[in-house]
Amino acid sequence: MRNKSSRFAIPYVIWMALLVVAPIVLMVVYAFTSESGSFTLDSFASMGDYLSVFTRSFELALIATLICLLIGYPVAYAMAKEGPRFQRLSMALIMLPMWINFLLRTYAWMSILENNGLLNQFFRAIGLLRLLGVDHLSLIRTQGAVVLGMVYNYLPFMILPIYSVLVKLDGSLMEAARDLGANSLAVFRKVVFPLSLPGVLSGVTMVFVPSVSTFAISRLLGGGTQMMLGDLIEQQFLGGSYDPHLGAAISMVMMVIVVVCMALMTHFGEGEEQAVVL
Amino acid sequence: MSKELIRLSDCVVKFDDEIILDHLNLHINDKEFLTLLGPSGCGKTTTLRIIGGFLTPTSGDVFFDGQRINDVPPYKRQVNTVFQKYALFPHLNVYENVAFGLRIAKVPDGEVRQRVTEMLEIVNLKGFEKRPISALSGGQQQRVAIARALVNRPKVLLLDEPLGALDMRLRKDMQAELKRIQQELGITFVYVTHDQEEALAMSDTVVVMDGGLIQQIGTPEDIYNEPKNAFVADFIGESNILDGVMRADGVVEIFNRRFQCLDGGFPPDAPVDVVIRPEDVDIVSEDQGQLKGTVTQVTFKGVHYDTIVDFYGFKWLIQTTDYCPVGSRIGIKIDPDGFHVMGKSAYSGLFGDYSSYSEEYDEIGDATMEPGGEDGEDEE
Repeated sequence: MRNKSSRFAIPYVIWMALLVVAPIVLMVVYAFTSESGSFTLDSFASMGDYLSVFTRSFELALIATLICLLIGYPVAYAMAKEGPRFQRLSMALIMLPMWINFLLRTYAWMSILENNGLLNQFFRAIGLLRLLGVDHLSLIRTQGAVVLGMVYNYLPFMILPIYSVLVKLDGSLMEAARDLGANSLAVFRKVVFPLSLPGVLSGVTMVFVPSVSTFAISRLLGGGTQMMLGDLIEQQFLGGSYDPHLGAAISMVMMVIVVVCMALMTHFGEGEEQAVVL
Repeated sequence: MSKELIRLSDCVVKFDDEIILDHLNLHINDKEFLTLLGPSGCGKTTTLRIIGGFLTPTSGDVFFDGQRINDVPPYKRQVNTVFQKYALFPHLNVYENVAFGLRIAKVPDGEVRQRVTEMLEIVNLKGFEKRPISALSGGQQQRVAIARALVNRPKVLLLDEPLGALDMRLRKDMQAELKRIQQELGITFVYVTHDQEEALAMSDTVVVMDGGLIQQIGTPEDIYNEPKNAFVADFIGESNILDGVMRADGVVEIFNRRFQCLDGGFPPDAPVDVVIRPEDVDIVSEDQGQLKGTVTQVTFKGVHYDTIVDFYGFKWLIQTTDYCPVGSRIGIKIDPDGFHVMGKSAYSGLFGDYSSYSEEYDEIGDATMEPGGEDGEDEE
């Protein structure tokens, strides 16, 4: 029995080794070596030069995550409260944009935000620009545009996990809280929100991690002025400042952050299982 | 007994056009253990939810201590509920679950600790404070739910089939425990159940409901000994219910034979339902019997035998410690206090005939036979 099952596992093991373990090993090796192949911590040391990229990445990703949470939680809450028809419709509306290619959607935002884009044309048409005495509003190539791109692209990843936790919440828990003297606000604060935390955490992780490592959004909507970690890593492998050792080191630091996030998530995930069982 | 605490006055509940509660009038006294008893869909849980404030009646009024409380939300009522599936907060431990209501009411920490500890002692859960809810058995969760409700010192505790999810033995223990707690704390309990034994064992007052209507209100003894109609007689315990005619006060006629009974007050020759409890029938030899019949079925139940006896085509259930083999001819004797005479009601003729059971089984048997036969023909 044991031999048989392990034989079936062989393709999977090869797959994992080739596509998951090997790249990580390569990355670690690159991060800790110099061009000549000797052990060095130079790559990590030189990361200090890019501190501004680090802080910007985390700052923008945090802002985007926070906005996603502020928009996503009420949406998820409303969806979970409403009837099944509303749930199906809103689910379709949330999923629909995800069927369109990610780059295409971001390009669409470019043409909306450009100096001669849809928004500026609209503002011009209603006379807002003349009122302000400017030729156009600088919408693209700003931090705001990058955050907007992140929120737009990753919002569903915030809504869905929160929704799936809220919709499973036992209605009798809310009734019990009301019975014990809690008004609507207290019911939310003391019961609904704490029990939805696992969903919030997984939503936060699923928005924050891709946001912090994004490169397409920051390049297309930030127009090169808002370099983020993803761009920096890409440059080390494909761009002019070719330095795979530095790129590997940055990737490693980012991976550590992701792992920490995942560890946090699984820690709270245990609580979620309990919430579902009861 | 004591003063009235809750009054439901002419309460009607309708969902769409379906009437769930039909002009219900009910009052509940202070410190009373009142049970709403009935089959599922009879309106008992709806009644409880009205008192709890989770449901506003379509029409009618709810009074608490003389005040109309129709529009008072649940969190402002001096009523707490033990929910059917406990509804304990999974993110809080035992202590915090029990303390929930006190924390909402902003009771100082020291008092919270004292009251929670005291309450956990009452429900025999001392030392469980730090346990997560998921680490408790069903019976323990049940106790936490009771403690969580009672710690707020409500005037009334509502219990919605609280023992339904427990096994037999635990249920018996909890019944005794609930009764003890109720008497110890002197709180009014309104208890919903479909289990008649539970209702009889615990209650001061039993309210039997069916079809959104109250069928009878009374002490457990009243309900059992003096059922008002065939539904109550059948729902509470086992009953043989027969068509009879009241010939005079104290004389009832069944199977064209006159029997002495204790009931009276009916007009002469009034058609009535006659209830005979299975344990009130004495088996005697055939020649000494008031009625003579043939045993058709015997089931051993431990304390007694459930014996089905055919009297002139009508099957009775008799509970007896004497074993009578199937096919034997027996006679029976019934003392005057063994007859209970009720006026005719909408439920007359629907209950209390034990021949229907075997007929139902036969029909089920036939139904399963037929499709098999048809299949056989198709194949040919």
